[in-house]
Amino acid sequence: MASVTFENVTKRFDDVIAVDALDLAVDDGEFMVLLGPSGCGKTTALRMIAGLEGITDGKLLIGDQVVNDVDPARRDVSMVFQSYALYPHMTVQRNIESPLLVRRYHADGPDKPARKLTRTERVERVDEAARVLGLEGLLKRKPAALSGGQRQRVALARAFVGRPKAFLMDEPLSNLDAKLRAQTRLELVDLHRRVETTVVYVTHDQVEAMTMAHRIAILSAGRLQQVGSPQEVYEAPANLFVAQFIGTPPMNTLNGTFGTEGGPAIVVGGSRFPVPADLKTRLEEGQGVIVGARPEHLDVSDAGTITHDVRAVEWLGHECLVFGSVEGSPVVVREAGMAPLPAGGTIRLTVDPANVHLFDPDTTERLA
Amino acid sequence: MSTAGRLLRRRDRPRYTAKEIAIAVALLVPSIAVFVAFFYRPFLNLLYWGTFESRANGAFFERVGLRQYREQLTSSDFREGLWHSVQFVLYTVPAGLVLGILLAVAAHRRLRGIKVFQAIFSSTLASSVAVTSVIFLYLLHPVVGVFRVDWLTNPDTAMFAVSLSSIWQNMGLSFIIVLAGLQNVPDEVMEAATLDGYGPVRRLLRITLPLISPVLMFLLVVLVIFGLQAFAQVDILTGGGPAGSTETLVFKINRLVRPDTIGIGAVYAVGLFFITLAVTAVQFVILERRVHYAR
Repeated sequence: MASVTFENVTKRFDDVIAVDALDLAVDDGEFMVLLGPSGCGKTTALRMIAGLEGITDGKLLIGDQVVNDVDPARRDVSMVFQSYALYPHMTVQRNIESPLLVRRYHADGPDKPARKLTRTERVERVDEAARVLGLEGLLKRKPAALSGGQRQRVALARAFVGRPKAFLMDEPLSNLDAKLRAQTRLELVDLHRRVETTVVYVTHDQVEAMTMAHRIAILSAGRLQQVGSPQEVYEAPANLFVAQFIGTPPMNTLNGTFGTEGGPAIVVGGSRFPVPADLKTRLEEGQGVIVGARPEHLDVSDAGTITHDVRAVEWLGHECLVFGSVEGSPVVVREAGMAPLPAGGTIRLTVDPANVHLFDPDTTERLA
Repeated sequence: MSTAGRLLRRRDRPRYTAKEIAIAVALLVPSIAVFVAFFYRPFLNLLYWGTFESRANGAFFERVGLRQYREQLTSSDFREGLWHSVQFVLYTVPAGLVLGILLAVAAHRRLRGIKVFQAIFSSTLASSVAVTSVIFLYLLHPVVGVFRVDWLTNPDTAMFAVSLSSIWQNMGLSFIIVLAGLQNVPDEVMEAATLDGYGPVRRLLRITLPLISPVLMFLLVVLVIFGLQAFAQVDILTGGGPAGSTETLVFKINRLVRPDTIGIGAVYAVGLFFITLAVTAVQFVILERRVHYAR
């Protein structure tokens, strides 16, 4: 177990900057999710921890050790790949055992010299890993004879058998079907609780990030946008990108101006959004802002000050999504149960001022 | 019962319409006709000729049945030719394979300009046996050669010297096929092996080679067959000499294609055919068990 620290780390491929001056500290034992759209640099960052990509600039530390120039095999990290990357010619047993066969371990305590494990020790560890991941009956099979979920668990067992300082996972659930994915999410959380190893987990799926992470690091175009607990990034997105990336459907955002006529409000055409209490005194009359509100925070009410033109209603059983527009900008509203709203009609919406987010239109940073 | 067997049981047999059968026949006839005209019928002829023994320097032939097969296939001349062919295979196949693998592993990298090296390494395949043999003749020729060695004229080294040109040629074929195999090995598997602590040599021996074993199996079979059939190299470089030390089976067959020895030539040819068939079959049976096919 060890922390993983990026200090101003940059990765350039020829002219492309994949990771731009990343500062990020993953605590010892923490489950950190790197989240972002394709090409945001999250996988490159993960591969730099593994040593599969070189570091152009900056310092990367595992524990207290700078590992920029340390060989991948000597970093004592393990990785679960998207394709699982099992060895197809070896049995499950051999696949899991493989890191134990070649690496040296501090098996007699941290002060004693590292050595190769004995046969008995290897068998013990493989059996333990197989038991934890429910693979006992499959040890003699080859990967081709396993289902996707089983292969995935073999990959996890192989990563976990050497008790590495950190587990790296690159979209490990993306090849599973939806049901198995939901189940494996829970198993991963259980596994992490049991082994208490530092986990750095890469995904573009915000559900995985929200459900498993202690903290989420959101990246876009190689830059770190925000680091925080799932609750923090959801309730207080640091900028417009995070606001629109987290949440399904994402946060509604509209261009408006701050006005005080008839009480302080964000004016968007003929609609008025309330202003969070702490911001009322800090905005100037006529100042342009981007106003944001999550679909679940908009409520249908005849007393509402926001006019919504309904285009279509999607009923999902436990809730419905009302699609339409406010002053020409698309806005989605989430209502519990079945809202009897006709398409083509107009409804009025209210929102609690505490649930209104404001962003600077120039920098797209949160105004707080 | 095998799946195929079950499928062919009478009551399960699919019923084709007359039109489907007509189309199938029309599509099969051209290839069957070519095979019959240029392979099956000549081969049966060959088997038949082998039962005739030449009399009075080929003036007339007497039918002797299988006796000529028995005598010729156990003769010292045939065994000598077979031994030379085996020597040639033993020199050319392992060396060609190993060099091809080493070159392919070296060239399987994402480096600028690597295509140039890949083209150079595979170019030996593009040159004909005749051209290659002439090049090696002028490299090794004892009088006008670049190295001026006596390898081609010394009976102890002649077969090895002839093999050099074939090793050089096989290398290009092995290189291309192994490189294609390497490009099918997923990067993530190699990266997983790196993180598991496998060094370059272990990665090659424990991961890469097993994963490309189907390709190596194919190469082995093809190179052995090439080796058993080699003729032009011998003809151009040594003409079978010195003292018959490079007379392979094919070379001897060619020498026997004369009016008075055509029957013996036919026996040798049939013998070579069955030896090649047997060696290939054994390779398949032994290696199939050890070869890994993904999925």
